[in-house]
Amino acid sequence: MTTTAPARSQPKATLRLGDRVFSRTAVAAGLMILVTLAAVAIFLILRSIPAFGATSEDASILPAGENFWGYVWPLVFGTVWAAALALVIATPLSIGIALFISHYAPRRLASTLGYIVDLLAAVPSVVFGLWGILVLAPAVQPIYSWLVENAGWFPLFAGPVSATGRTILTAAIVLAVMILPIMTAICREVFLQTPVLHEEAALALGATRWEMIRTAVLPFGRSGIISAGVLGLGRALGETMAVAMVLSATPGLVSFALLQSANPQTIAANIALSFPEAYGVNINVLIATGLILFVVTFAVNAFARWIVSRRREFSGAN
Amino acid sequence: MTTQIAPQVSRPTSVPLTAGHLPKGAPWIVLGGSLVVSAALFGILALASGGFDWGGWLVVGALLSVFAIWLLSRIVEGARRATDRLVTALVTGAFVIAMIPLISVGVTVVVGGLARLDVQFFTESMRNVTGEGGGALHAIVGTLLITLAAAVISIPIGLMTAIYLVEYGRGALARGITFLVDVMTGIPSIVAGLFAYALFAIFWGAGTRTGIAGAVALSVLMIPVVVRSSEEMLRLVPNELREASYALGVPKWLTIVKVVLPTSIAGIMTGVTLAIARVIGETAPLLVAAGFTASMNYNLFEGPMNSLPLFVYTQYTQQGIPQHAYLDRAWTAALVLILVVMLLNLLARAIGRRLAPKSGR
Repeated sequence: MTTTAPARSQPKATLRLGDRVFSRTAVAAGLMILVTLAAVAIFLILRSIPAFGATSEDASILPAGENFWGYVWPLVFGTVWAAALALVIATPLSIGIALFISHYAPRRLASTLGYIVDLLAAVPSVVFGLWGILVLAPAVQPIYSWLVENAGWFPLFAGPVSATGRTILTAAIVLAVMILPIMTAICREVFLQTPVLHEEAALALGATRWEMIRTAVLPFGRSGIISAGVLGLGRALGETMAVAMVLSATPGLVSFALLQSANPQTIAANIALSFPEAYGVNINVLIATGLILFVVTFAVNAFARWIVSRRREFSGAN
Repeated sequence: MTTQIAPQVSRPTSVPLTAGHLPKGAPWIVLGGSLVVSAALFGILALASGGFDWGGWLVVGALLSVFAIWLLSRIVEGARRATDRLVTALVTGAFVIAMIPLISVGVTVVVGGLARLDVQFFTESMRNVTGEGGGALHAIVGTLLITLAAAVISIPIGLMTAIYLVEYGRGALARGITFLVDVMTGIPSIVAGLFAYALFAIFWGAGTRTGIAGAVALSVLMIPVVVRSSEEMLRLVPNELREASYALGVPKWLTIVKVVLPTSIAGIMTGVTLAIARVIGETAPLLVAAGFTASMNYNLFEGPMNSLPLFVYTQYTQQGIPQHAYLDRAWTAALVLILVVMLLNLLARAIGRRLAPKSGR
């Protein structure tokens, strides 16, 4: 190193070809995501435009005398109603399971138990559908009969009871089982992040374990619980096959009754059931309902992300 | 009662430490007692009606034990501890309830699936098969091809996006992409299927159902998962490694290829495997985009292609005679599918452990 450095005051960074190619590829891949999402929206919109003005003369799938909106409204209702029921079942359960894993179970077992709950996420939805229809529905039907007989005065449990058990409540139970793992995982993560000092302070003041959880863990994890619920809602809204198989639906019905044989249909299940045989404008109508589902879940997920983004560490993808 | 009698020798003011506490095994004793009581109750009912109601026995026994432990604790330990015990019982109960569907699904799938887990199932398609016999070879091949194609599309895009986000991304574009990746995670699977269908319908005419359309649909679902997991792994690579590489005069892209990626390859491969495991069980997008058939189809670009999840679905929905032949095939396909997903999950864990960067040298 005897030669002196050239007297350039500002060494110019040479951009190598490899660098340029690589960074361009990376940017292109990132842009692909933008393009894909835009393409999803654009293709869905393009293909659903003919549906919005359709009448029952154009599309045989629309009930007589109804336009598109009359067709889609009961489906939206069914989708939201089934997802809300699933959420009502899954939220307390997932908080309980998360607390059990994070604060009640022995420390050494915690990760194993978490893994066991995650196993539920490994079961494909079509298998849950098969299970729901062949195992769960026959198993809960006697309970439904009993409920209708003894609590039929309560509007939700009004009779006559479904003989097969394939009601919207059964579908909601299956949905709840399917969204349990993601909700539990998020709740568990936040509960584990509770500052140990808060917990110990509560215990040192003489709090029992439950009082410690109520005063330290739950307030700390509130936003996590909310985002878990909203993410679970997003999953439940879009879940298709399990509902399509389990639910015995009556198209066009809007009803809150949980145990009857006539149930409202959901958007996703309706698409799955009607799409293979659809033709002509019917396809556009179904794609338009898919667009509405996309918008609804987009809004729900964006809301969840907004809550999560205030705590960056966890998201639904991992 | 359960409280111990204070020893006589001590001073009259002293209270034993265990006073006002239930003994350690109390919840288990109460649970056992409740189950016995419940068994007696249902035994009497069984004598009257003829059959023992196992589900009712467990539910009533569990509810009884929750109530009993609360009452017992309330009498002996006071209201605050009683609430604590009640919550403990409820929280444990929540976990047990979550185990019921898991165990039930596992047992039914294994029991139902063993019926047709034979050589024929893996060597024959359903072409010209009505009734018994036949297999799922066409579905297995279809699943493999479609998933492989989806992986080939998603892994480069997902990985490069993650590299962009970690190594290059600054400003509004990176933030926008992060947001959209998050949104993409939440796209309902059926909407992805509709997208692929609409995309291919525009170029190849309405009603086109091919394996590649299914693969595109699956990629829409898979890309965000790959991006998320890879991004997380790349961020774990210590900055010192990058700086050391730059200091040696290595260009940025070579630093990424030779230093950053090898360091994080275990985590990335784990994430990719998990992403594959996640999309391999998807049914709805394939139903819409790839269609189903009873014949073999090795060509991704022409004709509908069956897949294992759809095989389960069509065997159930299009039952013929005898019914059990169709249900047996459905359960067996479900078992194979679950086994594949489990295997992928185990593989992911094994990769994560095997390829983890060697440290401390």
